[in-house]
Amino acid sequence: MINYFKEILVGFWSLLAGMAVTIRYFTKPIVTVQYPREKIKMSPAYRGYPRLIIDPETQTHRCIACEMCARICPSQLITVEGIKFPGEKQKRATKYVHEHYYCSLCGLCTEVCPTSALEYSDEYRLAGYHREDAVLDHLVILQLRQTAAGLPVTAIPSAEEIAAAAAAEAAAKEAKAKAAAAAKKPQAGEEVKE
Amino acid sequence: MDVLTHSLGSEGVRMIVGLIGVIALVSVNALFLIWMERKVAAHMQLRPGPMEVGPHGAIQTVCDAVKLMGKELITPEEVDKPIYYLAPIVVFLPVLLTFLVIPFSQTMVIKDLNVGIILILAFSSLSVLAILMAGWSSKNKYSVFGAIRSVAQNIAYEIPLLITVMSVILMVGSFKLTDIVVAQSRYWFILVQPLAFILYIICATAETNRTPFDLPEAESELVAGFHTEYSGMRFALFFLAEYTNMFIVSAVATVLFLGGWHGPILPGAIWFLLKVYALIFLIMWFRWTFPRVRFDQLVTFAWKILIPLSFVNLLLTALALKIF
Amino acid sequence: MITSGIEEKTFVLNLGPQHPSTHGVLRVLLEMDGEYITAAEPVIGYGHRAHEHMAENRNYQQFLPNMGRVDYLHALAFNQGYCMAVEKLLGLEVPERAEYIRVITNELNRLTSHLLWFGAYLMDLGAFTPFLYCFDDREHILDLLDSLTGSRLTYCFYRFGGVPKDIDDDFISGTRAFIHRLRSRWADYDNLVTKNVIFIHRTKGVGLFTKEQCQLYGITGPSLRGSGIPYDIRKSEPYSAYPQFHFEIPIGENGDIYDRYIVRLREMEQSCRIIEQALNKLPKGPIMAEKVPKRIKPPEGEVYTAVETARGEFGIYIVSQGDVKPYRIKLRVPSFANLSLMVESFKDNLVADVVAILGSIDVVIPEIDR
Repeated sequence: MINYFKEILVGFWSLLAGMAVTIRYFTKPIVTVQYPREKIKMSPAYRGYPRLIIDPETQTHRCIACEMCARICPSQLITVEGIKFPGEKQKRATKYVHEHYYCSLCGLCTEVCPTSALEYSDEYRLAGYHREDAVLDHLVILQLRQTAAGLPVTAIPSAEEIAAAAAAEAAAKEAKAKAAAAAKKPQAGEEVKE
Repeated sequence: MDVLTHSLGSEGVRMIVGLIGVIALVSVNALFLIWMERKVAAHMQLRPGPMEVGPHGAIQTVCDAVKLMGKELITPEEVDKPIYYLAPIVVFLPVLLTFLVIPFSQTMVIKDLNVGIILILAFSSLSVLAILMAGWSSKNKYSVFGAIRSVAQNIAYEIPLLITVMSVILMVGSFKLTDIVVAQSRYWFILVQPLAFILYIICATAETNRTPFDLPEAESELVAGFHTEYSGMRFALFFLAEYTNMFIVSAVATVLFLGGWHGPILPGAIWFLLKVYALIFLIMWFRWTFPRVRFDQLVTFAWKILIPLSFVNLLLTALALKIF
Repeated sequence: MITSGIEEKTFVLNLGPQHPSTHGVLRVLLEMDGEYITAAEPVIGYGHRAHEHMAENRNYQQFLPNMGRVDYLHALAFNQGYCMAVEKLLGLEVPERAEYIRVITNELNRLTSHLLWFGAYLMDLGAFTPFLYCFDDREHILDLLDSLTGSRLTYCFYRFGGVPKDIDDDFISGTRAFIHRLRSRWADYDNLVTKNVIFIHRTKGVGLFTKEQCQLYGITGPSLRGSGIPYDIRKSEPYSAYPQFHFEIPIGENGDIYDRYIVRLREMEQSCRIIEQALNKLPKGPIMAEKVPKRIKPPEGEVYTAVETARGEFGIYIVSQGDVKPYRIKLRVPSFANLSLMVESFKDNLVADVVAILGSIDVVIPEIDR
């Protein structure tokens, strides 16, 4: 009998203790953020989609189109094309497309890049109405950012320019091959002679 | 003869005005209560709740109601159609009728019946029938579970509810709600009947199917319980009935224990509403604090603790009345 | 095998896959007699993504992000298990500081997992508010991990041979502040939940797992320790920097839901202890092993490593044939074994208990389906 009443009282008391907790929190200030009106600053380490870094010296990207990122990517979602323009030492990207809807934000592309041309953006508003909205053309995004920062805009090479560069490259290759062949010929002749 | 027609006329006018007033009160009250519940829940959980529509989201529930009215009324193919259609109406009508006898102030009562409290208890039991109809006709296993639970729960809780109410009736000697309030002009009955008040609130929470006794609609167990298959305005009627029920049980508690319209300075009706909303806040506070009890524990609790305690309370009351 | 309620007195209730409390896409067929369950059968595989097959078609690095998605609530433990296995294959020695960082982040991640379980479980039992309090706490850890790893849920942080990023003073002080805050919240959680009479009645004596049953079914993690078997990979087969810290393995007595609950709560406190010790003893040095090859091509061989996740033992078995891609990867996930016993314990319980037992195991469905 005593146990019966004790149990009821202890139980009742525990319920009151619980209610004391909730009423205390009731009077506390709220901890949430009204999202579209207030925004939280993303931490500097935040991994948004990877994007091309604007090099402070050259004020353009550093991508040499080596395709390391495209190869390491687990989802194979990066398409890089590049070509060597006449008068330049290295290849330069002519197309850098990132199909973000496949991206798992693992960060392997930024780590593998030999020229450290990639960084994470702090963009988290990635919703779109079409699948195509999540296809990010990084050279276009780079242009937009350059415009916003008041820097000279890096032009995206047009198809003709690429074709011209390809032709120039092919011609240079041919010339090189010819020169090599020309340099080789006498030797070959010597061999035949002996 | 003249006197008779005159009194009939005034009675008729009174009823019509009362009915319009009640319908207005029910809908406004439900909208307000849903908004209040959202706000209470939100602030207990350290968040602001609805903030976008109107000042502090006050019009949010109106928007929701409009949305619900605009929704398609889906009738699943297998349901028992007449009962399925009838259930939302049956759940709502008794709720409206109980407003007949609630005394908002000395004069603001539509029909001051001398069996007022019995009428309220009788009609509020009818809502179980509606829940049973809804659950049974839906032909959904979860709905049937909800219906069965609801019936068992209400049978278990109506007994202690009646007995606790009885101990107050004993003190007053009348079923008339205005008499009960008038009897409390010196002191509120909560002071002399604290146990009865606690028991009543527990039973009332169970009657209205609120957490921790919200088994008929236990979200995490039965999906949505008896109203799983209801959509649009039919669902809204169940919702409306739930919140109006909450108002009624709180109003009855105010009448029985908190001195009804008595209070200094402010007019009686305002005091009455203040007390009612304070009690509703208490019930909401329960909901956002406690986990749900299990079905068998609920029945055990009712039969092993509530009913004995309410009998003890009744006996003590009777004894005290005999002695003093 | 349940086909339909052929017997006259029973019927079949289909719990899930879109039920509010199956925590994902688990489907349980329940043969019921009224509200009592006579037989249960889980139907899994709705979230099957063929992780093991993916591993065979990707090279070692490319499989890294997958590990965060098998068990999204304790992603770092899975990350660590995989990294440890590959490091073992390659014979890489992970620097001390990297191991410490792994332990700290791993335990923080365990805290997030347990906190989420705590909240979600109470929601299963019908109490909504503790869920939000836990999320408030959890948010602080996520902020910390976000500032270090850059993501909030599916971390892909550890690399073969170490970690890619060092922790800074802000992270250390933030972690200390968080642990202080979490400890100040225990009293509230106790008053709100642990001592609550309704909660105690819902959980005590329900969903009993005996020691024998646990061993028979290969249960691991808090569910096993709740039954009184002190088996924790961090102690029994120590890995990483765990041997250097003092911590206890909390165990229960009866093996009911309440014990599993208490074990998890105490485990959170132990995680706090480990993190504090690791922060105090944090050694200086590199965070990445030297001579990590650019091209991961382990020699021929087989390797098995196991780590303790928030749900139990996660084991990973890799067969390498000296290629850039693993020949076969087998994931031993804890929830799968735990689920099988859980179904056994459904019998002769009420529907409400099914929800309570299901929640108490802390299943992560994508982990079961893989």
